[in-house]
Amino acid sequence: MTAKISYADVEVGTELPAQTFPVTRATLVQYAGASGDFNPIHWNERFAKEVGLPDVIAHGMFTMAEAIRVVTDWVGDPGAVVEYGVRFTRPVVVPDDDKGAVIEVSGKVAAKLDDNTVRVDLTATSAGQKVLGASRAVVRLA
Amino acid sequence: MALDQSFVGRSYPPTEPYEVGREKIREFAEAVGDANPAYTDTEAAQALGHPDVIAPPTFVFAITFKAAGQVVADPQLGLDYSRVVHGDQKFAYNRPVRAGDRLTVTSTIETIRTMAGNDILDIRGEVHDQDGEHVVTAWTKLVARAAEEA
Repeated sequence: MTAKISYADVEVGTELPAQTFPVTRATLVQYAGASGDFNPIHWNERFAKEVGLPDVIAHGMFTMAEAIRVVTDWVGDPGAVVEYGVRFTRPVVVPDDDKGAVIEVSGKVAAKLDDNTVRVDLTATSAGQKVLGASRAVVRLA
Repeated sequence: MALDQSFVGRSYPPTEPYEVGREKIREFAEAVGDANPAYTDTEAAQALGHPDVIAPPTFVFAITFKAAGQVVADPQLGLDYSRVVHGDQKFAYNRPVRAGDRLTVTSTIETIRTMAGNDILDIRGEVHDQDGEHVVTAWTKLVARAAEEA
């Protein structure tokens, strides 16, 4: 593990560079294939509406995969992630147009722990609504 | 219908090994738009101290969730999967998943609760490699929403 951020250089409140992740219907089809999750709520508008959703929604695990990039891009080595957990609070609704949806993710250091690890709390929103709750990662710094 | 509490603590047999392929890792990294070279470039991964390319942190979910299917589909448990949504997900890593790993998953039901008619099930998946080394533990919370006409 070779994080490019040093434990000594961060403090509680240190902000990680925020990122925005676009997601279109094409993104969801690609993610379905790569992850093996072919639930039709992620690609079939008719089915999604039949089960009471406003439209096709992104895979929760897609959002989870994007959110941790704020951490892995910050530390450089994705293997530095020791723990990562989220709660799926609201779906990311993805309309059938060329824009799709955008997931905005920010993070900051919430605690300095033992063994050069820190806890990062992440905030993920789409269309102004929080889409992940209790989104936290523990990462080992240099 | 409330699930049987006696299933708490039940473990299911380990899955057949899943071999992690470097092209599968690349496909996943591309699908999430992540260009980190540790996922696709062996030399870059080795420069970080890994023996081979590693997988993005959430990659392993596809393996653990498939394993959790043993629990979900257990007719004795009787979970109505058509009403299930993914509530929480957590991973604790001993090391990152990497190309060439042959991973087995042992799933255990950690808790069963009923809240407002919803069945809430916590499943723990312990992932080990071909040498028996622990790689990662995944916790998946599934919520089976109450049937409308209960």
